[in-house]
Amino acid sequence: MTEGQHLQIILRLGDDALVLGQRLSAWCGHGPVLEEDIALSNTALDLIGQARNFYTLAAAREDQGRDEDQLAFFRTDKEFQNHLLLEQPNGHFGDTIVRQFFFSAFALERCAFLSRQLVDAEVAGIAAKAVKELQYHWEHAAQWIVRLGDGTTESHEKVQASIDHLWSYTGEFFNADEVDAAGAEAGLLPNLAVMRKAWNARVEACLAQATLTCPEDGWMQRGGKQGIHSEHLSYMLAEMQVLPRTYPDATW
Amino acid sequence: MSPVEMNLEARFDAYVAEEKKIEPKDWMPDAYRKTLIRQISQHAHSEIVGMLPEGNWISRAPSLKRKAILLAKVQDEAGHGLYLYSAAETLGVTREQMLDDLHTGKAKYSSIFNYPTLTWADMGAVGWLVDGAAIMNQVPLCKCSYGPYARAMVRVCKEESFHQRQGFQVMLNLAQGTPEQKAMAQDALNRWWWPSLMMFGPNDSDSPHSAQSMKWNIKRFSNDELRQRFVDMTVPQAELLGLTIPDSDLRWNEERGHYDFGEIQWEEFYNVIKGNGPCNKERLAARVKAHEDGAWVREAANAYAQKQQAKKTNATTHAA
Amino acid sequence: MSSTQHEWPLWEVFIRSRQGLGHKHAGSLHAADAEMAIQNARDVYTRRQEGVSIWVVPADAIAASSPDDKEVMFDPANDKVYRHPTFYKLPDEVNNM
Repeated sequence: MTEGQHLQIILRLGDDALVLGQRLSAWCGHGPVLEEDIALSNTALDLIGQARNFYTLAAAREDQGRDEDQLAFFRTDKEFQNHLLLEQPNGHFGDTIVRQFFFSAFALERCAFLSRQLVDAEVAGIAAKAVKELQYHWEHAAQWIVRLGDGTTESHEKVQASIDHLWSYTGEFFNADEVDAAGAEAGLLPNLAVMRKAWNARVEACLAQATLTCPEDGWMQRGGKQGIHSEHLSYMLAEMQVLPRTYPDATW
Repeated sequence: MSPVEMNLEARFDAYVAEEKKIEPKDWMPDAYRKTLIRQISQHAHSEIVGMLPEGNWISRAPSLKRKAILLAKVQDEAGHGLYLYSAAETLGVTREQMLDDLHTGKAKYSSIFNYPTLTWADMGAVGWLVDGAAIMNQVPLCKCSYGPYARAMVRVCKEESFHQRQGFQVMLNLAQGTPEQKAMAQDALNRWWWPSLMMFGPNDSDSPHSAQSMKWNIKRFSNDELRQRFVDMTVPQAELLGLTIPDSDLRWNEERGHYDFGEIQWEEFYNVIKGNGPCNKERLAARVKAHEDGAWVREAANAYAQKQQAKKTNATTHAA
Repeated sequence: MSSTQHEWPLWEVFIRSRQGLGHKHAGSLHAADAEMAIQNARDVYTRRQEGVSIWVVPADAIAASSPDDKEVMFDPANDKVYRHPTFYKLPDEVNNM
């Protein structure tokens, strides 16, 4: 693993967290009940906090005078390396929960590994805090999957459609590129083939309990990790970055 | 009113006059219950409608720290709405009924949230002025005569204290920032000052419910008293920021020991209440949409809970 | 209105703020089931690290004393001063008991 790859791994962790945190925060004030507004906001706050930790670490490592905000607000969509799933629009509550469910199952396994590895103590430190948060996100999403799947006919159909739609974005989790391979070889990142089994087991068990069908693998979307995104990300970033880019000299 | 009820009412009045708390199952006059339901549900509605103008800027907050702070603050407002709905529910009204009243326009909420948030500086002005005015109104409610309302307000006030401080900090950063930022801060103050003063309600001479509410210890200070207190507190803060309050009549009155200030445009106030404010329709539409879009989710959770309950019952019947 | 369209039931939330303390009533919330009630309670009432343990109880499962019985229920305890530790005057040497 080169220094550049090591840095890229940390940035990717930050990008995943920020993009999903940004998406989720849009639910605040618009959830199906007040209690759920508060729950989704907590999840968003956890993710934004994780992003800040990873960015701050990345900024210190690259040592070019940038900080967390420069990494968040002054990189283009080409430079963001988050998984495509996370930038997909919120859609209805079922879409949001399915996106959360797929990602949390992945992020939890990945983060548990990161918290145990001995290659990068600072990453392990951030991961140790994050893993508790991700465990909760997973439980929250998994409970909702069961309620929606085994709820009414309408909710079952809706959430099954969300699963079928978003499924094609899950392959990217396990599709290792050079950076992933180098990270795994160095012992910083988990072996994605092994993780895939754990992920499948988690997801399939919950879907079965929810009386939902796990789709066949089929064609999977890819490109996020290489900076080739869906159309949605640049809109999201345009909105998110508008102030710092309009007033580049200002501090807030 | 029967002699028994008259006796109860006299005992109630004496009890409240001694600064004692009324609890949900205690006897209370009908009008007291109705006043509380109206006031607490309006207050709850204001919290959740109030999430919208600020929620508007979460996606565009200019730093990650500001994004987290603003999200936490708007989330707190959801919590406050929830505490307040719960307090009202102890009086025998359901949250569903209260939401219905909000969505059909039967219930009111604070008019301030019908003004638009146009720039980032509005996040500062709302925190500093709107939350500042709200705190002024809310602190006395921690001692109001109805126990569940008073307890909810204690929790709300504890959490609110960071809201006003973060708003002032946003303003301070802008006021000390680039010329564009300072102009942004002044513009926000210009737009939010008068609506903030209107938050205290009509002048005492035009405030129909006040006297009875004061007697019941639901209201502790008059609208004009609280408004004066707010002006006296805020003027020096504006000076510290180096911003100008948009009122040419504003000056210190040595004799009164208070600031004198200009006449409020009550015509605007009553028009915004009537629904003619710049954002009344959007705000209400957003709440209705969230509720309607969420209906299938709420139903699914109910259906699932019922199935689980039925399974449990079945299991116990079989076991027996 | 079908039965699934009803509002979620109301739950009362009790929080243990620190190890060693009892659970104290924190407030109420709505949830469709117990698991959701616990998660919601965590999100609503412990956002500022207010708790280490949560109880949730369906509001309609709580039996309460009637306020009209207040005098019957609680006044008799008025004159049982011997239940309170300050009733017992002890020599100064053991005053920390």
